[in-house]
Amino acid sequence: MAKHALSFTVNDEAVEVLVQPWDTLLDALRERLGLTGPKEGCGTGDCGGCTVHLDGKPVASCLMLAVQARGRAVRTIEGLGRPGALHPLQEAFVRHGVPQCGFCIPGVLMSAAALLAENPRPTDEEIRYGIAGNLCRCTGYTTMISAISEAAAAAAR
Amino acid sequence: MKRFEVIQAGSVEDCLRALAAHGPEAKLLAGGTDLLPQLKNGVLAPRYVVDVSRVGRLRSVDLDGDRGLRVGAAVTAREIEQHTGLRARFAALAESGGLIGSVQVRNLATVGGNLCNAAPSADMAPPLLALEAEAVIAGPRGERRVPLSAFFTDVRRTVLAPDELLLELVMPAPGPRSGGHYLRHTPRRELDIAVVGVASQLTLSNGVCARARIALAAVAPIPLRATAAERALEGQPVTPELVERAAGLAAEAARPISDQRGSAEYRRHLVRVLTRRTLTTALARARS
Repeated sequence: MAKHALSFTVNDEAVEVLVQPWDTLLDALRERLGLTGPKEGCGTGDCGGCTVHLDGKPVASCLMLAVQARGRAVRTIEGLGRPGALHPLQEAFVRHGVPQCGFCIPGVLMSAAALLAENPRPTDEEIRYGIAGNLCRCTGYTTMISAISEAAAAAAR
Repeated sequence: MKRFEVIQAGSVEDCLRALAAHGPEAKLLAGGTDLLPQLKNGVLAPRYVVDVSRVGRLRSVDLDGDRGLRVGAAVTAREIEQHTGLRARFAALAESGGLIGSVQVRNLATVGGNLCNAAPSADMAPPLLALEAEAVIAGPRGERRVPLSAFFTDVRRTVLAPDELLLELVMPAPGPRSGGHYLRHTPRRELDIAVVGVASQLTLSNGVCARARIALAAVAPIPLRATAAERALEGQPVTPELVERAAGLAAEAARPISDQRGSAEYRRHLVRVLTRRTLTTALARARS
């Protein structure tokens, strides 16, 4: 079985990588491109640790074959902000001390960024719904909701 | 995952060619939210995976005032949930799309996948049954249409042959003074599988119920219509007492099993409760 040449955009850069037919998008990002922000928690789409944006929409990258991303635009946590120029959500997460073990945080931030892009002023209920697909086993949800809410309010000012 | 070859179809013809060559050894991939876990845990080990997620005809929604609705099989649950026209006129279907998985799952999961996976608990099946959808199926001998009520044959089994592909769902517009609603019960509010799901769809005319359709999920090997309950409603003014009677008839139509999600008795009780609630909301929507 031949590898497939996969051309797509990752964090605004055109890339081409060789992938196996059975590689997931998460495998390609982590193993072929060295982007280890997205995490494999469950591998079955339940935990949200692998959340990335596909053409701006949050998807579970463990449930997609890498070849399905051909020609599409993927954004990972590595492309959300940069050291010294953090995304407002990342700044708010730092201010609120959200990360505990940190494993879920890249996925939560990608879900939150997608939520705010669709709904710039979500209610707390809408925030809970927006990050319902991200499990935090440290159970740090309360600070997440405050941080997301604050980032949304700051962006509106 | 066991190794397999991927065939990425650009057209319906590509899919049919791949299925003609490899049908029994192939699995179709649309959203992948049911397929990939089964490839990973080894329940499925196909030699070929045929990716239909980019086929144009499978990706579009056409909503026409008189002709009704056509939904491509690879339209995502999230697209169905957020479609303004569907939310207004096919509310039960839009609601079911919004209940599946999380946002990051709904952006992948497709209506065709939900139906072809044929879980008894499939959330999009009851609304589509209540809306009297037909499945348009492509195969080597052309296209055929199967009412969704004849599409499911058993747990995880459908009428699809190995060389066939579900193209789209088509259904009539419910017409004026119609309303529908889908509800399911899950122990958790999000990311859970229905213990019971109920869709109700009503059309009123001259103060009576002209048409009633009620469909149930997770109470039999396949999603079911509750036809005795429908007949009790039709031709009658819809009073709370009649709703209660229809709910009881729907509970009698259920043939649930007991499993880790709920006992048969509990499921039958839930059918009664959810039928009452969905009929009440469908009625209010038909009147508004």
